[in-house]
Amino acid sequence: MAAPVHERITARWSTAVQDAAVSHGTLALLISPEQLLEVARSLKTDFGFDLLLDVTAVDWPTRDLRFDVVYHFYTTHDFVRVRVKTRVPATAPVVDSLIPLYDSARYAERECHDMYGIKFRNNPDLRPILLYEGFVGHPLRKDYPKRREQPLVPYRK
Amino acid sequence: MTPDNRAARGPGALEYLTTKKDEFIGWARKFSLFPYPFVTACCAMEFMSVSSTLYDTDRFGAALPRFSPRQSDLLLVVGTVAHKQAPVLRRVYEQMCEPKWVIAFGVCATSGGFYQNYAALPGIDRIIPVDLYIPGCPPRPEMVIDGIMKLQDRIAGDRHPILTETF
Repeated sequence: MAAPVHERITARWSTAVQDAAVSHGTLALLISPEQLLEVARSLKTDFGFDLLLDVTAVDWPTRDLRFDVVYHFYTTHDFVRVRVKTRVPATAPVVDSLIPLYDSARYAERECHDMYGIKFRNNPDLRPILLYEGFVGHPLRKDYPKRREQPLVPYRK
Repeated sequence: MTPDNRAARGPGALEYLTTKKDEFIGWARKFSLFPYPFVTACCAMEFMSVSSTLYDTDRFGAALPRFSPRQSDLLLVVGTVAHKQAPVLRRVYEQMCEPKWVIAFGVCATSGGFYQNYAALPGIDRIIPVDLYIPGCPPRPEMVIDGIMKLQDRIAGDRHPILTETF
């Protein structure tokens, strides 16, 4: 069931949105990476989505645009969520950082960079946050070997 | 000392006894285990249960947790240890004075459990020696108590050299 604010969003962004669906009460939008910042700013200022809940990604190894970068927004006025997805290729997995709009993006983007190797343009600090310095690769990518370990302490015997 | 003797000399007459040095030290050490709880995950719930009133490890002389590794002689690793945390565990172990023992509490500390991935250390025995493994996810309090008693039996039967190579 679409909330009224969901309908207003789809109406406002009908030109930018490549795909829109309501899934479990969440409006899911697919947009191009170029429009991410613009759409996010509109969600925040025009529609009152004042929380950025999470930034994550999905790896589709066989697809040309290999990664979905996924954002979840929440509004404390209407109590509904919006999911925004955008697709980037493996050769240039770069999107704009949402730090100018949401400070919490600082850490969520760091985690996403850790796990999927997505680069966030204008995020000044993409050091490992859950992983550690020296970790090679991005463990939630599908091509990261499931059992590959990178121990920090050498194993005994 | 015979019973007759004791009766003759009144109460409190146990003025000397004969025993073996290893047995005596082993007896003293097994009832003065000071655990350092290295508690990282959900097994902590079971650890709280086993150490508080209902099961009460105090009855087994292994209760008073010391939150400094320098004051403890039993390292209880309770829960999953991530690779990122492994240097911390290693350092805590190295800070403990001899004699020291290590219990891997629960399946994650034992083998990594179902975390066979980039993040989890597949068993703390990869980085520090372990004396006793307590399986279970989490282990029942009875299993923990059984484990502590087994460790105590081992300490009681061990050699306890007063002079070692390092000291």
